[in-house]
Amino acid sequence: MNQTPLIEVKGLSVHFVSSHGILRRRIRRVRAVSDVDLAIYPHETLGVVGESGCGKTTLGRAILRLVKPTAGQVLFEGEDLVQLNPSEMRRRRREMQIIFQSPQLSFDSRFNVLSLVAEPLQTHTSLHGEALTQRVVELLEQTGMPGEILFRYPHEFSGGQLQRIAVARALALNPKFLVLDEPTSALDVSVQAQIINLLQRLQAELELTYLFITHDLSVIQHISDRVAVMYVGKVVELSTTDAIFNRGALHPYTKALLASAPMVDSAARRERIILQGSVPNPANPPPGCTFHPRCPVSLPICSLVEPKLVDIGDGHLASCHLLQTEVAYPIAPSVLDV
Amino acid sequence: MSDVLLSVQDLHVHFDTYAGRIYAVNGMSFDIHRSRMFGLVGESGCGKSVTGLSIVNMVPPGGKIVRGKVLLTGQNVLAMSEREMQGIRGRRISMIFQDPARSLNPVFSVGDQIVRVIRQHDHLTREGAYQRALEMFESVAMPDPERIFRSYPHELSGGMQQRIMISIALACGAELLIADEPTTALDVTIQAQILALLADLRLKERISILLITHNLGVVSETCDQVGVAYAGQIVEMGETGDVLFHSKHPYTRGLLAALPKSATRKSALQSIPGNVPDGLTLLKGCPFFDRCQYAMEHCQHTPPPLIPVGGSVKDHWIACYLYPQEQSG
Amino acid sequence: MTLPERQPVDKSEQRLIRFGEYSLMWRVFRRDPLAVASLVVIIIFILGAIFAPLLTAYPEQGRGVPNITEKFKPPSSTHLLGTDYLGRDVLARILFGGQVSLSMGFLVVLIAVLIGTPLGAISGYYGGRLDNLIMRITDIFLSFPSLLLAMAIAAALGPSFTNTMIAIAFTWWPWYTRIVRAQVLSMRERYFIEAARSIGVSDMTIIRRHVIPNILTPVMVQGTMDLGSAILTGAAISFLGLGVQPPTPEWGSMISNGRIYFLERPWFAGSAGMAIFLVTLAFNLLGDAVRDAADPRTRRVAP
Repeated sequence: MNQTPLIEVKGLSVHFVSSHGILRRRIRRVRAVSDVDLAIYPHETLGVVGESGCGKTTLGRAILRLVKPTAGQVLFEGEDLVQLNPSEMRRRRREMQIIFQSPQLSFDSRFNVLSLVAEPLQTHTSLHGEALTQRVVELLEQTGMPGEILFRYPHEFSGGQLQRIAVARALALNPKFLVLDEPTSALDVSVQAQIINLLQRLQAELELTYLFITHDLSVIQHISDRVAVMYVGKVVELSTTDAIFNRGALHPYTKALLASAPMVDSAARRERIILQGSVPNPANPPPGCTFHPRCPVSLPICSLVEPKLVDIGDGHLASCHLLQTEVAYPIAPSVLDV
Repeated sequence: MSDVLLSVQDLHVHFDTYAGRIYAVNGMSFDIHRSRMFGLVGESGCGKSVTGLSIVNMVPPGGKIVRGKVLLTGQNVLAMSEREMQGIRGRRISMIFQDPARSLNPVFSVGDQIVRVIRQHDHLTREGAYQRALEMFESVAMPDPERIFRSYPHELSGGMQQRIMISIALACGAELLIADEPTTALDVTIQAQILALLADLRLKERISILLITHNLGVVSETCDQVGVAYAGQIVEMGETGDVLFHSKHPYTRGLLAALPKSATRKSALQSIPGNVPDGLTLLKGCPFFDRCQYAMEHCQHTPPPLIPVGGSVKDHWIACYLYPQEQSG
Repeated sequence: MTLPERQPVDKSEQRLIRFGEYSLMWRVFRRDPLAVASLVVIIIFILGAIFAPLLTAYPEQGRGVPNITEKFKPPSSTHLLGTDYLGRDVLARILFGGQVSLSMGFLVVLIAVLIGTPLGAISGYYGGRLDNLIMRITDIFLSFPSLLLAMAIAAALGPSFTNTMIAIAFTWWPWYTRIVRAQVLSMRERYFIEAARSIGVSDMTIIRRHVIPNILTPVMVQGTMDLGSAILTGAAISFLGLGVQPPTPEWGSMISNGRIYFLERPWFAGSAGMAIFLVTLAFNLLGDAVRDAADPRTRRVAP
């Protein structure tokens, strides 16, 4: 992509520090996000996928500054959000919004639909009365909800309907960028399809840019242009959806992840790779490459030196020694082709 | 001796809540054969979890099994006394749930917990129970069983906790394992481990498994037979290949069409209009009527019976007027 | 795209759904006979206190005017609970005393809630140094036995209704700060709070509009249970002579004054003691019932 990115994340780290033990002496540092570099281009959908503890949720929130970054920059149209003061940030917030995983918990159940969708408008604009109601109805109808629901309460709706209302609220201030944090994970399959269709339609109509976070590989494959794979706070692979899903992912973790996902679609099924062990504790990651204890093809160097995320060719980024070293040891092709 | 280990027949379960009566299960019927894995799949509100609990007569408070039989090798489990049921649970039928951390007692070591179950049913000595426990841990591929025996639940990862749960469930030689969303709370790579383990155990120990899940992919890759549940009833049932790749019921087909697949990248997914029923009204006729694109006048008034319409290996059962009785055989 | 209409719900169901939480709580509540009984007892006492002048033939005696000729009369048809050491009708004293004791209880809890809630909300929401500061102050107050602290403050301020009220409220607000802070800490991570932040709503507005209204239930439960204890504490302080002064009637001081006569003439100290006992018990049971009604788990199952 040769455009200028809408959002550029540089060296972003988010660490959660807590003190433990007698006299609070022991410090526990959870490296939720470690030194992440990313670019998100206008009108694209960047999918972020990974298992628990990989930091994808924290990444999304850090970009929106809902969580305070420990280090690094988040450049939105060139302006570093991390450096802004509260009122400047407030202005910027109009341009970026978030949709959450649980539609039921996304709303204060004491308010009716009108108040909920109107809240952003009341916070930032001087719209009120009839004009405000009118705008709310427009927003709801845009997401497929009829205007008659204005005075109903969140518990009267199903998950799918609530998610539509959440999207309506998020679009109230005409944002450019949406973070979608597992927006369909809590929904039934048939409803998930409706919401995905809605999101795609709106993206085209309103020229939105999406950061789509999920653990569901089939959804990510369907909706994303590019995909970033995260593992314990780091991006281990980043490329176009096509490159990762169709032409064969390169990073051993990505390969195992793709192979693990159970799918009905037998055309997409891959040779089973069952990884040993479990996802490491983000407070205490292994030295060197964080994946090396579970990696079927790890080299000695993997336990010592952390690999960097570099371009393997054609803009496909991966952090793996196997893919980067000018091979000092001969490696049989079958080993690479796990 | 019959091949059928467990037969659920016309099960009806209601809940009385402050919001009204919820008709959770409305005539659920299916058979589980020996050494086979049966997937009971459906979206939220289809009654699959309640069915699982009903099989061991453990419906949550407020629920009542109002009709139906659950035959375990011919005996009706629902007609048994609580005392007799205690001899069944853990011994002949075991159950594991979605969140293993909530099933394990945090103040006892996992070794304590499995030994307790073993001694409850099999009256072994402490030493005997300890040996059996270690054997069970090995059979679920736990590394370093002795150390695990002494560990507490919170010291173990989700995947390991679920393995412990499986080993406890099978410790006394259960014939049927009911697994209610056993991997939903686990990471995908761990899920693959646990599902592989279940498949392995089914072959080695020759147990039957009832896998309750909403994930069609899981069912597709692990189960021999599938029952698709909607609004408390089975709408389609049979061998996995038949149900998922030659599906006949409009709901099953709608569900499969709604899944994102590699072939449909970026294009609109087909979705089923409307929402699943909330269970507060007893539906006349076919439960899928108001969302079905093939709905006929007839479908509204009488529920279609679940009838066999021929399949590749065994029968393929459908509850839909599109497939009249004549086609069976 | 149109969506199919939801199944129509009948009117009473709709009303239930609209007011959701509180209506549901009431429905659970009214099924518990003990809860209803305690509510009835409390209502009787409150009505008795409000309409005291109308309910007794001896209102001036209730307020304190003595009637020496009739002193120490046991319960009879003219004096249902007898007379006290100054000849005043005991029932009248109880009714008027109820005005003092009950209002003291309500006001104490009200003040404690009004002080404790905002402090707890700010402490929980902002965290950091502000939270630390508020929590340490709370800890200081909580490290004193509350009755002793209240007595000390009451003694320092001088005996009177208002001073007693201030003294007790002063020792009670820290509990509410703690409760509210704990609630806010868990509420802070909820999605709808994050949503409000991402919209750009200011922190104070979030606290006022979203946080506090959602944490009222535990505060309400605690407050209800505390009403009994507040009345008891007020009575204790007056019993010790540090609170309300004669001739103003107050159940605690009535016990204090009637103590020495108790063995032979138990009716005035006894009646006051019974009144305190019944009211405190009723509020405790009521508080328990409110807590059960508020608990979503007990609510799920209809009898």
